[in-house]
Order: sequence, then structure tokens, then C-alpha cells
Amino acid sequence: MTTTLTKPADAAPEEPRRVRRPKSARAGGQMHAGPIAYVILALFSMVSLFPLVWTAIAASRDNQRLAESPPPFWFGSNLFDNLDIAWNDANLGEAFVNTTFVAGVSAATIVFLSTIAGFAFAKLRFRGRNAMMLIVIGTMMVPPQLSVIPLYMMVARLDWTDQLQAVIFPSLVSAFGVFFMRQYLLQALPDEIIEAARVDGASSWRVVWHVVFPAARPAMAVLGMLMFVQTWNDFLWPFLVLTQSGNPTVQVAVAGLGRGYTPDQSLIMAGALLGTLPLLLVFAIFGKQIVGGIMQGAVKG
Amino acid sequence: MATRHDTAAPPAKEGGAAPGRPPADAVPADKDHRRRARLSRRWQRDVRWSPYAFVSPFFLLFVAFGLFPLIYTAWASLHTVELTAPTDMEWAGMRNYTRIFDDDFFWNAAKNTLTIGIISTVPQLLMAMGLAHILNYKLRASTFYRVVMLAPYATSIAAASLVFVLLFGRDYGMINWALHFFGIDAIDWQNDKWPSQIAVSSIIVWRWTGYNALIYLAAMQAIPQDLYESAALDGASRWQQFIHVTLPSLRPTILFTCVVSTIGASQVFGEPLLFDANKGASGGAEHQFQTLGLYLYEQGWVNQHLGRASAIAWTMFLILIVVGIVNYVISRRLRASS
Repeated sequence: MTTTLTKPADAAPEEPRRVRRPKSARAGGQMHAGPIAYVILALFSMVSLFPLVWTAIAASRDNQRLAESPPPFWFGSNLFDNLDIAWNDANLGEAFVNTTFVAGVSAATIVFLSTIAGFAFAKLRFRGRNAMMLIVIGTMMVPPQLSVIPLYMMVARLDWTDQLQAVIFPSLVSAFGVFFMRQYLLQALPDEIIEAARVDGASSWRVVWHVVFPAARPAMAVLGMLMFVQTWNDFLWPFLVLTQSGNPTVQVAVAGLGRGYTPDQSLIMAGALLGTLPLLLVFAIFGKQIVGGIMQGAVKG
Repeated sequence: MATRHDTAAPPAKEGGAAPGRPPADAVPADKDHRRRARLSRRWQRDVRWSPYAFVSPFFLLFVAFGLFPLIYTAWASLHTVELTAPTDMEWAGMRNYTRIFDDDFFWNAAKNTLTIGIISTVPQLLMAMGLAHILNYKLRASTFYRVVMLAPYATSIAAASLVFVLLFGRDYGMINWALHFFGIDAIDWQNDKWPSQIAVSSIIVWRWTGYNALIYLAAMQAIPQDLYESAALDGASRWQQFIHVTLPSLRPTILFTCVVSTIGASQVFGEPLLFDANKGASGGAEHQFQTLGLYLYEQGWVNQHLGRASAIAWTMFLILIVVGIVNYVISRRLRASS
């Protein structure tokens, strides 16, 4: 297995003709992981997945079985009944439509605005560019709780309480998005292409439309997914402006399930499962791209 | 112009500055000159102003939904404002601030925020670093581990907190059930101070460790390989390489994750709110895991004193600024000493 490869002595006699340099000095030479690494990774994967799997197990039982010891380790027969009741009790159908709409609009707007701003910061020269970029990064430090109270007053004055636009408008800005697109475009968009488009007489908007957008498409997709996940999972602000009876998002609806007077745990778990499932599906399908995107955004350029 | 260009130079994309362009004397020279001047003026305006057009939507939205609320919160914190009539503001001076500073629950919440912040951030970042180090080896199915690690990040605070409430149940919870095999008596994860704080922190650790590991991993992969090669030639062991090559190269990233985690920890809200069995905003019957975020919510939306809640928000902001400055000074020192 891989373990033998970590000991150069084992491999050397079998292939005598190839000159072996020390493992750690090979070009591009990441070392192979030993068995301990796999054990740690397996354990960590289990810890990561266990609460999610157990959500499904608990959702497939009934309330009484969950109040017994030992706790259930395998699926029961109540899954679809519980999902059905949770779906109706928490008004999840409407919540899904609401959340998809809110997250979709926010993600699309953030991606568009971040791409043009990121392009300007990465590739265009203009007065005050560095100062403005500093402000963008600085805004990432401002805690959202600071803006919650005036936003609430604004929403109250506009009569937007329980309206989806109350959630959408404050979530249209993302300093992270601007930073992310700037980092990507710095390396992914060669200056020569922009210059060539300029020489051909393209206006700035044409450059954005025909050069920047195609070049940025992979990063736009990733940022869109990240922002979709973030908006979908957002809790504090929707919790404050939306009520469960008004226009709940999935998070507000799911949180509401746990707040009844006689909470039925298996129903709560069914609701939690329903609220999480769509995103887990997105992750199962696009996981690789999302991981790549997070790593891309993390490296400073 | 466009039509002539199209017919003369068949592959339009190669067109532009192509030498095969028809001679300019098809148009009278001075007309052409004027047109060029006009185009050039428009061109300069475009180049000069379009960057501002590209960044302005961000700043406009930021002013409306970031900067204005920031300042307005400061203004509101100097007034008496009730949730029932958020537009009636009565000047109160510093009374909101003295009021919360006199409140034992404020200091309790501040202390809890600090302890929950420490027991969630420190293990989280250390584990993330270890995981990143492992993931940086050549691995089978490495993408699989990365995606699995990120699954908790895709789980919402609401769903995660509700599951952990069940797992941490005192009588029938999975964790106490597992602990009894090690001879440990049932722990009251909800009502005892330290256990409840550990439980709340574990939700945070669970959700964010994988995310931070990916960020460290990205930074590790950006470290030039020859640094390791020369360290290996100098006889450095793997551990020495980690200490003397990996860690110093990661310093900016570590600082970044520390700052982000500190900000996150100062705002913890959903986890303790939903972890509370009494469904209140007090963070447990004896406020044993009430954070500042929860205290702000309790003052503003339960007790309906928005002015006081604003004062809490600004106090939190000022604390963060102090933490930021301390962070900056420490990083300067570290850089100077290396």
C-alpha cells in the first residue's frame, strides 16, 4: 500500500536503474500519507457526518423512542410520516419557495456586482483604488449585529416586516465577494487580453461583457454557490424581521419547530433534515468545485 | 465603418488592428480626423470613469446597509427607543451605557462570550491546522475528505443546533450514553455552566473546523516546494520542517483566520438561542451560556429597549476594535522579531 512508499529503502532494490533521490527532495514531492493519517481522516469524516446521519435516524423514529436509552442507531419506520407532518406544520413548502427566491436573487446580484468591482480593483488603474480596497476589506470586520437595529427601524418604517425584500436588500453587498473576484481575476485574466480588446476599440462595458465575464465564469459559479449557501443558512436577520406565520425562510421555519410548547423531537429532526437536505445535495454534486473555490479565495495574491 | 470593416476583413475577430484594413482615404481626411478626436475623447472618459462605475454599486449599497446603520446605531444608543415605537427617540445621553455596565447580566454575557469564544476557536483552529497538514500529503480520495469536511458548513445553525440539543440530552442523549461506558456519570449539558458552554462551543467547532482546514490547506499548497527541499537537505526532520517552514509561511493566513474567528465568536447568537431548553433568550435558566449577541437580542426584542440594545452593539464593536488593534500589534511584533 502507500505505506511502503514512505520508506525509500523498500523500493530501491526493485527498481535499481532509476536513481532515487530522497523522498522529501523530489520535485513537487508531496509525501504520501501513512496509515495514521487515514485513521485520523476516517475518524474526522465520521464526526463530520454523524450528526447529519443521526438527524435522519431520529427523524425516522417517534418521539417516544427518542426518549429511551440507548438512543436509536438505526432507521425506524416513521420517516415519511414525520417528514410529511413537519412539512405541513412548519409551512416548509412556502419557506422553500421564499428561501430559494431570496438566496437566488442575493447570490445573482452579489456575483454580478462583485465581478465588476473585483475586475476594477484587479485590473484597472484609478485614483483612490488602494484606499477603496482597504475600505472593502475593512467592511468585512463590521459585525452584522451593529446594523441590525437601524435596519429593523428602516424596515418597520417602510412596512416591510414579514416581507421578503426586508431580507433581500441588506444581503446584496458582500465585501468577501469583491475580494474573492479580485483575487481570481488578478491571476486568471491576463492584462494582454484586456489590452487587445482595448486596441480593438472595445468600451469598458464591452470588455466586461466579452472578456471579463467569460474569464471569470468558474469563479462566478463558485461565488454564486457560496453566497447561495450563506444566504440560505442566514439566521439572525431573517429571524428578526420574518415571523413564522408571515413569510418564513427555511431557517426561521425550522427554528420555529423547536419552539412549540410540547416539542416532538422526531418532528423537529424531520424539519431539520428537510431544511438541510437541498444544500447537502448541492454539496454532493458540486462539492469539488466549492472546495476549490474556497481554497482559491483563501490564498492572498 | 462597421459594414466596410466586415466585408473587407472576413474573420471579424482578427479584424481590429489588422493590416488588411481598407485605406482610410475612402473618407475625407478631416472628417476622419474629427471622428477620431471625438472617439478618443469618449475613450478617455470611458477609461477614466468606468472603474468608478464598476465599484460604485458596492459602495452605494454599503453606505445604505452598512455605514448608515453603523452610525445610526451609535446615535440610537444615546437615546431611549422602544421596539413598539422605533421612530420615537428621546435623548438619553450615556444613560444606556451606564445602565448596561451596571447590569450583572452584561458582564456575565461578556465573560461567557469570551470563554465560549476561546473554547470554540482555539481547538477549532488547532484541529484545522492538523487536518490541513494531513490533507497536504498525497492521499487517496482526497477530494472526498474535503467535501465531507465541508458538509457541516452546509448545515444551517438552526438544524445543527437542534440535533446537538438531542445528542447532548441529559437522560437519553447519545453523548451521555457513550460516556457511561467510560464510567462517567450523566452530565447535565444544558444546566451546568461549563458543560453547557462546551456543548454550545462544540456546535461551532463542528461547523467550522473543516472550512478553516481548507483555508490552511490552500495556504500550505502555495508554499514553494524548494523551501522544503532545502530544509530536508539541511537535515530537518518532518516536525522541524513543519515548525520552521510551514508555520512561518502560514503566518498571514493564521492571522486572517484568527481575526475572522474572533469576529465570529463575538457574535455567537443562533447556537445558544436554540440550545436553550426553555426556549428563551436568556441562555439557560441561570444565563449560564448567554452570549453578548443573545443579551443584545434579549434587551432589544424581548425587553423591547432598542436604545439599550444599540449601546450593547456599539460596546461589542469597540471591543472588537480593541481586539483588532491588539492583533495588529502582536503581528507587527512577530514580524519584527523574525
